[in-house]
Amino acid sequence: MTRPLVQEGAAAVGSEASARQAPAAPRPRARRRSKGTATLRGVVLGIGAVAFLFPFYYMVVGSLQRTPDQTLSGLVPDPGNLTLENFAAVNSRISLLTGLLNSGLFTGGVLLCTVVFGVLVGYALAVLEWRGRGATFALVLLVQVIPFQLLQIPLYVLIARDYGLADNLLGMILPFAINSTAVIVFRQYFLQVPREMFEAARIDGAREVRLLWSVAIPLVRPAMVTALLLTFIGPWNEFLWPFLITKQADKQPLAVSLANYISAVASSTANPFGAVTAGALVLAVPVIVLFIVFQRYFVSSDIGSGVKG
Amino acid sequence: MSAAVGTRRTQERANPEAGLKHRLLGKNPLGLLFSAPYLVFVLAVFAAPVVYAVWIAFHDFFFAAPGADVSYPFVGFANFVYAFSNAQVVQSFGNVGVFLLINVPLTVVLSLLLASALNKVLHARVFLRVSFYLPYITASVALVGVWLFLFGGDGLVNNLLGPLAPNPSWLVNQGLAMPVIAVYVTWKQLGFYILLYLAALQNVPKDLYEQASTDGANAVRQFFSVTVPGVRPATLLVLLVSTVTGANLFTEPYLLTGGGPNGSSNTPVYLMYQLGVEQGLPDVASAIGLVLVVAVLVIAYLQNRFAGGRNE
Repeated sequence: MTRPLVQEGAAAVGSEASARQAPAAPRPRARRRSKGTATLRGVVLGIGAVAFLFPFYYMVVGSLQRTPDQTLSGLVPDPGNLTLENFAAVNSRISLLTGLLNSGLFTGGVLLCTVVFGVLVGYALAVLEWRGRGATFALVLLVQVIPFQLLQIPLYVLIARDYGLADNLLGMILPFAINSTAVIVFRQYFLQVPREMFEAARIDGAREVRLLWSVAIPLVRPAMVTALLLTFIGPWNEFLWPFLITKQADKQPLAVSLANYISAVASSTANPFGAVTAGALVLAVPVIVLFIVFQRYFVSSDIGSGVKG
Repeated sequence: MSAAVGTRRTQERANPEAGLKHRLLGKNPLGLLFSAPYLVFVLAVFAAPVVYAVWIAFHDFFFAAPGADVSYPFVGFANFVYAFSNAQVVQSFGNVGVFLLINVPLTVVLSLLLASALNKVLHARVFLRVSFYLPYITASVALVGVWLFLFGGDGLVNNLLGPLAPNPSWLVNQGLAMPVIAVYVTWKQLGFYILLYLAALQNVPKDLYEQASTDGANAVRQFFSVTVPGVRPATLLVLLVSTVTGANLFTEPYLLTGGGPNGSSNTPVYLMYQLGVEQGLPDVASAIGLVLVVAVLVIAYLQNRFAGGRNE
């Protein structure tokens, strides 16, 4: 399954570099006009930020309300109406902890496979010369074009029915185990490392596996963090495939159990608004925290420092 | 693994036949070994299922008990005929058409606008970037939970609109259900496209702006005569990716509207789930999938043809 997630990293690396350059001082003639433009720009960006952030704010506010208040006044948290009961309410029907654990295992498995196999192919494609390299790279590109709609039914038949991997972690991970976009990104990063560094290590007698482990990977470590982060959000947020393949509640990742809660259970609870937003918050927070903590890896790469140093 | 490599190396030096090996497998045959897991994976999870999908679509395929000896007779286009004589299937393709007509232009315009504003802004860059990407990195299931209540019958949006609120409300209104989903997906995915455009904007030569400015072009003129043509490759990518994403639509109609009301927000992928998995008709579902993929490829080809330009 290919998602364009990892491209982001590569794209962002480029964007930050030149964004750091301060714009040239405006010419006097254009100054007044550009001031107006700047105000307009600020307004557009401000409206954008509010539109993007508001549902998150509403998620937090809603999850803390004892009695749901969906009117305008409900936007301001009322100290008398605050509670953590909503979290307990969701948790009594779907185990949030089990869901988080399953999401973690699913995501961890996908990450491990993506990185181990992705780095190996990426390295082979960028650094090694072997017969079939061109064809393999063409394949990596081709795989990107195959849409999941086409794979959905045969994969379900194969994995759930033929291999009996329904309600199984392996069955859940398998279609995501290798991310072709990640392969392209790893290849790109390895291509940026000067060839001389590998040649020098080879002359020193380093074998290929060691070379990859102790020379190539440390050089591209920041890029690796970017790729890891971007790969993380794929399986963590994925819904359709785990939904198809897991019917047992205790095997479902949180996205699936929460979706089942929303579509089947929520309406019969006392405060569906609070319960659903509480569950949503639990699902959203790990990714948001990771994103904010590692935010700088989404926009910059230190690949230059390793090479120069 | 590395020990074996070592022996191979020494053998190569000693053995004149090593030249042949080089010619056969290349200078570093290890590359093939490194790529083997990936190649096996592509074969098992992409190549085989694609072939299988086509095969299933042309046969009378059904779920049998494991190990049961059953035959699946070839039925030609019967599955396709069965699928498309169903009004719901035809309707679902129309629904995706409506979705794309709203979602794709909105995505292109808003993401380019916000990316070029973000590109020039000096203050609060990190804050703005983080807030723009948040919906993109958050699970759709979590965000749908909020939108469900925002656009619910007595939700915040209707409370805000008061007497202007649509009746029936957004998600249970035949004419509005799909547009709301289209707006939701635009909002959810916009951060990713902003990122694509931000990267593309760095490749627009700065002196083009200076030239335009000397020629007396104002900011709006510059945007249309320098920025828009300058980021055309990115625009093509945004068109392609948003079209493919839209054709894959499942989670949002499943959770927001259940495909309703009266099938007005049902999608082919949702129907594939209902028919293929719930009703045990994987052959019909596969046929729908095949048609959907061909339709997407045709749209992608047309986009490439008309938006891609000649010298790309």
